[in-house]
Amino acid sequence: MAQAIERFVPDGARVAMGVALEPLIPFAAGHEIIRQRRRDLELVGPISDSLFDQMIGAGCVRQVTAAWVGNVSEGLGHCYRRAAEQGIPRSIVIHDHTNFSIALALWAAAWNAPYIPSRTPLGSYILDRNPGLEMDGDVVRVHAVRPDVAIVHVQRCDAEGHAQAWGPMGITEEAGLAASSVIITCEDLVDPAVVLRHPNRVLFPETKVAAVVREPGGAHPSPVQGYFNRDHAFYRDYAQASRTREGFDAWLEQWVLDLPDRSTYLSRIDLGALRMSDE
Amino acid sequence: MSEAPYTEQELMVAVASREIRDGDLVFVGMRLPILAYAVARNSHAPTARGLFEVGLMRDQPATEFLGTMGDPPNVAGALWATRMSNVMALLAQGLVDLGFIGGAEVDRFGNLNTSYVGDPARPKVKLPGSGGGADIAILSRRWVTLMRHERRRLVKDVSFITSPGFGDGSPGWRGRHGLLGGGPAAIITTLCVLRFPLGGGEAYVASVHPGRTFAEVRSETAWDIRAADDMSETPAPTDAELASIRRFDPGGFWTRG
Repeated sequence: MAQAIERFVPDGARVAMGVALEPLIPFAAGHEIIRQRRRDLELVGPISDSLFDQMIGAGCVRQVTAAWVGNVSEGLGHCYRRAAEQGIPRSIVIHDHTNFSIALALWAAAWNAPYIPSRTPLGSYILDRNPGLEMDGDVVRVHAVRPDVAIVHVQRCDAEGHAQAWGPMGITEEAGLAASSVIITCEDLVDPAVVLRHPNRVLFPETKVAAVVREPGGAHPSPVQGYFNRDHAFYRDYAQASRTREGFDAWLEQWVLDLPDRSTYLSRIDLGALRMSDE
Repeated sequence: MSEAPYTEQELMVAVASREIRDGDLVFVGMRLPILAYAVARNSHAPTARGLFEVGLMRDQPATEFLGTMGDPPNVAGALWATRMSNVMALLAQGLVDLGFIGGAEVDRFGNLNTSYVGDPARPKVKLPGSGGGADIAILSRRWVTLMRHERRRLVKDVSFITSPGFGDGSPGWRGRHGLLGGGPAAIITTLCVLRFPLGGGEAYVASVHPGRTFAEVRSETAWDIRAADDMSETPAPTDAELASIRRFDPGGFWTRG
């Protein structure tokens, strides 16, 4: 993981994460980005269930291009608020989207089209807050958003980058095709024969995949269909801790900065209690 | 008066469930609307279907607690697990009958703000944003929002329209701006149900919840709100509705918080 982040997520990169919405959020990759103290990133995503909030609070982020940033079961993103309202720990630029418009922006990039015409978000002031959304007669031009890298957590992948995920997919495929390269983190690293038995279910062309990282539990506390349920209590505790800057800083030390890697993190979690019994 | 046999949230869920008609394709959203869908599906709307923007279609509601629409219990038994864009395609085609949208602030014309309180360049409060809210507000045939009834939430004009209702309230505003769907059908609050004139305009009080008064509604609303000529009392949740709500929210996470 450390190597993949070091090589493919430089300072200033435009990074798509959390593209399956609430499930399969690549928290382990995000925490490694925080540990390596990346700066000036632009985060791209639909909603972000706490991961963007953590990266903003850690000072890694210059710009947010997203439809929603907060904590889905708990509400507001406290670090997002502090950054937008008070410039703590630094000020951020926000390019607001809707879930549909960020999907279209990534599709446009995937197809190498300058923009896609859309009915959404007509009538919304979001149009005034994002230069990538431009009125053209009675439609909106949703301009392409091309990430440098998309980081995607999946159930299984082979060493060549043939990734397979299941459950609701959000805008995973759009983001991977739009990005210059893709980092896969996976629960299981499998033999090519396992994934290539179902080539329809391969998410991305192997030529897009720059790195494959075996990182079981790498999406905790978000759910992984067939593997882990969502850790609601962990999200609640994060929401409470992050209400103040001091509380967030202590949380970040405890769960990210003071830990060398994901396996140490997981040794402090009761993953067994979240494991799904069937499938 | 003795303590109410149900919470404010349980009443709102029951009222919201009645907005779902049998056969509706419903953009379900999160929190209380998920429970409303479960209640409706188990009573008067047995052939309704639910769509979730994460990329799911369901008939039966999930049988375990959901923290988010993307949780595994919401995938188990799904009819379709897919890309968000595919679900949005149905919305864009005008095939979604009803959507639920959350909001921090709503105004007299049903416009929702979930983005910025105060100047967006230096916001007093940065709210999480649209998510799929604006998409639903623009494209679904009709939509409903649920909100705690407070003066700071029911404002005369929102400072930022994230999800458009009837815009400036003038006749035909949505059509003139190219918005396909029919706009807000109801605002369900902790005190009452607000509705809108046919074709859009200013919200009025259609019914006041049991034990509440129109005077309370007026004092908690930041514009000079009017009552419908036939304003009534909101029917209380039935025993069957309450049993259904408590079955799907056994710990009271959403309805006894």
